[in-house]
Order: sequence, then structure tokens, then C-alpha cells
Amino acid sequence: MSYFIARRVAGFLLTLLAVSVIVFAVMNVLPGDPALTILGIDSTEEARAALRERLGLDAPVTERYAAWVAGAVRGDFGTSYSFGVPVGELIGERLPLTLSLAVSGMIVTVALALTLGITAAARHGKGGDWIIMLLSQLGIAVPAFWLSMLLVLLFAVKLRWLPPGGFPGWGEPVQAVRSLILPTVALALVQSAVLARVTRSAALEVMRLDFVRTARATGFGPRHVLWRHVLPNALVPIVTIVGLQFAALVTGTIVIENVFYLPGLGRLLFQSIANRDLVTVQALVMLFATFVVTANFLVDIAYVLIDPRLREARA
Amino acid sequence: MNIRTVTRTSLLGLLGVVALAAAPAVSAQSQVSIGMQQEPTTLDPTSDATAAIDGIITHNVMESLTISTETGAIEPDLAESWTVSDDGLTYTFKLAQGVKFHDGTDFDAEDVKFSFDRAMAEDSENPTKDIFKPVESVTVIDPHTVEIKLSAPDAFFLFNISRGDASIVGSESVDGNKTDPVGTGPYAFDSWTRGDRLTLKKNPDHRNADNVAMDTVVFRFISDPAAASAALMAGELDAYPGFPAPELLPQFEADPRFEVVVGSTEGEVILAMNNAKPPFDNVEVRRAISTAIDRDEIIEGAMYGRAVPIGSFYPPHGPAYEDLTGKYPHDAEKAKQMFEEAGVAGTTMTLRVPPFPYATRSAEIIQAELAEAGIDAKVENVEWGFWLDEVYKKKNYDMTIIAHTSPNDMGNFARGKDYFYGFEDPAFTELWTSISTEADETKRNELLKQGQEYLAENAIHGFLFQLPQLGVYAKDLQGYWTSSPVLYEPLSNLTWAD
Repeated sequence: MSYFIARRVAGFLLTLLAVSVIVFAVMNVLPGDPALTILGIDSTEEARAALRERLGLDAPVTERYAAWVAGAVRGDFGTSYSFGVPVGELIGERLPLTLSLAVSGMIVTVALALTLGITAAARHGKGGDWIIMLLSQLGIAVPAFWLSMLLVLLFAVKLRWLPPGGFPGWGEPVQAVRSLILPTVALALVQSAVLARVTRSAALEVMRLDFVRTARATGFGPRHVLWRHVLPNALVPIVTIVGLQFAALVTGTIVIENVFYLPGLGRLLFQSIANRDLVTVQALVMLFATFVVTANFLVDIAYVLIDPRLREARA
Repeated sequence: MNIRTVTRTSLLGLLGVVALAAAPAVSAQSQVSIGMQQEPTTLDPTSDATAAIDGIITHNVMESLTISTETGAIEPDLAESWTVSDDGLTYTFKLAQGVKFHDGTDFDAEDVKFSFDRAMAEDSENPTKDIFKPVESVTVIDPHTVEIKLSAPDAFFLFNISRGDASIVGSESVDGNKTDPVGTGPYAFDSWTRGDRLTLKKNPDHRNADNVAMDTVVFRFISDPAAASAALMAGELDAYPGFPAPELLPQFEADPRFEVVVGSTEGEVILAMNNAKPPFDNVEVRRAISTAIDRDEIIEGAMYGRAVPIGSFYPPHGPAYEDLTGKYPHDAEKAKQMFEEAGVAGTTMTLRVPPFPYATRSAEIIQAELAEAGIDAKVENVEWGFWLDEVYKKKNYDMTIIAHTSPNDMGNFARGKDYFYGFEDPAFTELWTSISTEADETKRNELLKQGQEYLAENAIHGFLFQLPQLGVYAKDLQGYWTSSPVLYEPLSNLTWAD
């Protein structure tokens, strides 16, 4: 088990290193002078030269990369070119929102998808199954940003129940929760459509097995059989998809944050790319890569916990 | 509990949360929320030319010696009055007394000298350092009098020092201005949640505080046009002065809660041609292109009819404006013939377009119009960073579409061959020098007319339209500017109707 974890951690670090090289290279190949982007086309060359010097952009690429990696290892991600404050501080301001959104999106996705998926499996071939599958097909087909706009038009513009966007910060908890409802629903509906279908087919697969028949024969009620016997045995494919979806949710917040003008990491990434804010983009892409790699890592661990056979095989 | 009740309960629960959350929004009568498309990255107008910084900070948080009105007239601000020597070289400013910065420090003549010296210094990052070029020296006469000497007369000096680039900063607070701007203005910076909102609070000690109605001004950064229009419709925003999408305006015009205002800006939208590169070095080719384009069609298609056409490089609302839109009437047949005579008929030209809706939409229409005149124009939509590098810096382009949003920017044509126009004519450079040093307004306006005629006559670029200022405002909001001759707009005039 410890060998397995050590290998996963090594892979984790190597992935991050590879990401850092790629991101640095790509941002340097991309056209666009940060000084010109920041100061605008009517600025003088003199002012731009002064800014380039202050940002340290006149040093060679390799030197800048080395300095950046050395800083990152110590937890110092440098100072944002465009915002002029430490990148760590920028990320710290916005991480809570993006994480809240991703986690609440995940919870709603899982709750909705398991309920619908198991319900559909239990009513296999009947009307309920048919309706749920039709709706989930629709959910998969609908782009998240379009769904977001529809939700805003209905709940914010027409009914005025919820704000159309923005986030007042956790200092105002009621307002903060209200602000997160629509983005969470927009994120979760699309993702849960995918997961509901996976849950249904995984459950149907398990329901055909002998032990389910045995459980029924023993006299357990249908609900008990479904939730206690079918679901735990159908979890491996479900957990795989949930792991992939967590990564999709974190990156999905990039679109959702722009539609709901939420001050999260996704919007920061958007702004930083437009501003050619190299250091901020690097730190953010590294962070997103860390999320994805961590999610995959946790899925691997979860397999072992769910399925005792794997535990024995790897021991 | 069976599955059906589980589903029902969770659905009811969800509805409950929604219903609980449906508390009515409270809107105070001394507060206003203003939508903005672009969010600034720093807040110091003296080190960054981003228009959004001026829109928020200039003349609200920070003040300058002078201030422009909505029509571009110059009025006193931190300078209460001034005198100009007969040779136009020495300006003596009498400063307002008893003024304090928001951090409590006193404002006096030393701060003016500090601000100017800082902007003019060798290592200054002031983005429009050019406006300080004529300044020879700044001398403190007494705590409330400053004398500024110029090396040559400058017709735009009093206008230029009203700009955010010439904001008066305090030596004690200047280092923090990028994130915590300190000025002398009617509003003090309160807070900034990056990516979401920036809040200003009324400065009760300001010399004009009795006439400032709004206690709190909140800027919300909403760049997506659909999100912005939802925010207005939902009452989250009271105003959106630079509304990005003309196609969404009809719904606000039809709604009695809103006022839609179409004003003008200093932004001339041009079909820029690389004058240094054949065939655009040939004036006949440039004239043929100007003949091929149909401004009315472009304005209808790209701006949904909400823009004023221009025939040269000067805003239609300016005092020296001359209507030259009839210089090259749209005539596809004639243009075709002109292209044939110049020997470029049937050739391919590239149109590299930056990612702004006014530009990408205009490009498609111009492409079709050039095709009618026998020219195959290839449209390349490029990203802003690419545009800055390839078009602006390396001049690697045939044609592009861009808005020049600075005031008094006809001097662009006197910036020499290295500027991305690739244009240089000593005759025009001389004309611009006399324009920028002519202190008499009537004479200067005459010269500006000559400048417009010269640019139209030589068809340096295709002159398309003046970028409109599209604003959506709550019906009861009053005191905003419908046009901006400058990048800033004072908030101190805003009031709610009773």
C-alpha cells in the first residue's frame, strides 16, 4: 500500500513539473508584450521600457523560469504583473468561492444523480425510467452557459427570487448562499445528467447478479435491496465518473463564474490571460492541474476502499 | 420512506431553500450601482492608462488642477484660478485652500510639484508622459501658488492636466495608490473585491460635499453582455454607462424603468491601412478603398444603426468638426474601376481584426463591400496580444480596424514612419506642430479643419464612424454625462429623482 502511494505521489509531482514547463513555454511563445497590454497603445515606448524593467521581463526566459520555480517551491508565486500584489494573495481571495462552488456543485450532482439513477434502474423499462432518461439526455445536450442564462432569466429577472450574479463574500452568509444557488444548479444539472445515466446502467448491471436475487429471496424490501446491496456494488464505475466530474466541475467554474460574474479563480484566469499576466496564469494552471491530479489520486484510493478484492491484490 | 418520498422530500427541500432565499432586495436612496465592462487591475491613474481606472478614480477619488465639463470646456478644480503669461509659457495657478487628502495629510503646492516631477522623471511609468513634455519646470511660489513654465506654447496644456495622468497625489500615500488610492476627491476609496465590485464612500470633508448626493457608489464588473442585461433587468444595477451590446438595447428602450442614452466618445473607428506597405502607399488605392466602403451599411450592420459616420479623424461633437463624409461617396463600380487603374484589381488583401465587437462586425461588412469592388479581402480575427505584437509593434499587416479613444489624437499622424500607420509627411507634421502650439482657439480650430481636410484628401485610412457611448440608466437616476470628452466622469452630480 505504501509503495502504491509513493508511486502515486511521485507521478503527482512529475505531472506538476511537466505542467509548469509547458505553461511557461506556451506563455512565452504567445505573442503579446505584457507592458504594452498593461499600458495601452497610446503609451510611450519610454514608459513601456520602464515597466518591462520593473517586471523583470528583460531577463532571459531560462533565468525567469528558474527564479519562478525556486520561488514556487518556497511557496512564493511572485507578484502579479497586472494587479501588482502577490499572486498567493490573489488566489487566496478567490479560492474559497471556487471551492465552495465546486463542492456544492458536487454534492448536488451526486445527490441528484444517485436518486435519479437508482430510481430509473428500479423502474427499468417503465414510464419513470423513460422520463428520467429523456431528461438526462436533455441535460447532457444543454450547454451550461445557456442553461445559466435561462435560470437567470427565470429566477432573477422574472421571479426576482435570487440575484442574477455576483458574490458579496462570506461576511454576509445569507446573501452568499443565495448567490451560489443558481451557479450551483447550473453546474450540477449538466453533470448530474451524465452521472445519473452511469448510475442507472451500473445499477442495472448489478441487479442481474445472483446475490441480488438471493437478497430479495431472503425477504428484504426493494428499497433495502437497492440502497444496501445494489448501490455499494455499483460504486466503482460511479466513483470513477465522480472523480472525472470533480475535475470538470472545477474547470467548469471558469464558464459559470463568467456568466454569473463571480469573483473566483476561473474569472481570474480569464482576466490574467487577457492581461498577459504570466505569473498569475502559471500559478493558476498549476493549481487547476493540482486539483485534477488530486481528484484522480483520491479516486484510486477510493477504489481500494470500495472493493476489498483490490486491496488484497495490491497488498 | 420509499424512493418516491425521498425524491419528493429533496425536491421540496430545494424549493424551500429557494423560497427562503427570496428576500426582497433593499435599495438605499443615497446609493448607486454602476456596471462596468472592464475591471482595472490597479487603481493608480498615473501609472496605467486603462480607461476603467479613470472611469472610477479620476476626479472622484483623485483630483487634478483642472477638470473638463461634459462638452470639453476646462474649469477649475484643485486650482481655483490661473493666469497665463502673454507668451503662453508661464502658468500661475492659485490652489484651493484647506484641502486634505483622504489620509488626513494637507494638500498644498508641494504636492503639485511632487506629482508633476514624479510624472516627468526619467524612470516614470506614466503612460502618457508625452503630455508633460512641454513642461520645463514646476516652482512652488507659496503654499497655495504654483508656477509652471513651458518650453513651448501648448494649446492642450490646461486640458491635458485635467486628465487622470496628471492627478495630484500625496508624497506620503503615493506608494500605496495602486491598491489603495488616496486623493483629495469627493469620494474616498472604500473597498475592492477583485473580480466583483469596487466601493467608493462620500468624503464628508470635501469642499463640495454639500452638493454630493450619493453616499455610496458601487462599481460592479460584469463583462458578459447577457449577464449585464440580466443584472440591469433584475435591479442589481442602476446604470451601465458603457453598455457593450447595441443589439440588446431595444429591450431597455421598451422598458419604462430604463432610459437608453446614445452619446459620443472620443473614439474614432478607422479602417487603418499600412501606408508604408504597397499597394497602400499609393494614394489612389487608398481612395479606391474609401470609395468601396459604405459607412451607413457598416453602422447599420455593426452598430445596429447607433453611431455617427466620420469622414476624417476628428469627433463630430468637437468644435472644429468638419463634415467630410461626402468626400468619397460609396460607389462599388467606381471603386472597381479605380482598383483596375491602380493595377490591384483581383488581388488579395488581409484585414487583421482585434477581438472587439465593433471591429469584428465591421470587418465582415467591409469584406463584402471590397468583394463587390473586385478585391478579395481575407479577414483574420486575432487575439488582442497578437494584434499588439504583429499589427501595432511590427506593422505586419495590410489593413486593420481600431478605435482611437484618446482626445486630441490627430497628432498620431505626426508620429512618423515607426508608428503603425507607416505614414509620414513633413507637411502634416508641421501642420500638427502649429495646431498643438496655437493658443488662440479660433485659429486652432481653423488649423484643425485643415488637418481633417488633409487626412481625408489623402485618404490615409478609411474613416468609419465615431464610437458611440451606449448607456442604460434607471429612469430616476439624474446627473450623468451622456457623452464623454474624456475618460473620466465625475460622480458628484448623480442624484435620484424624488
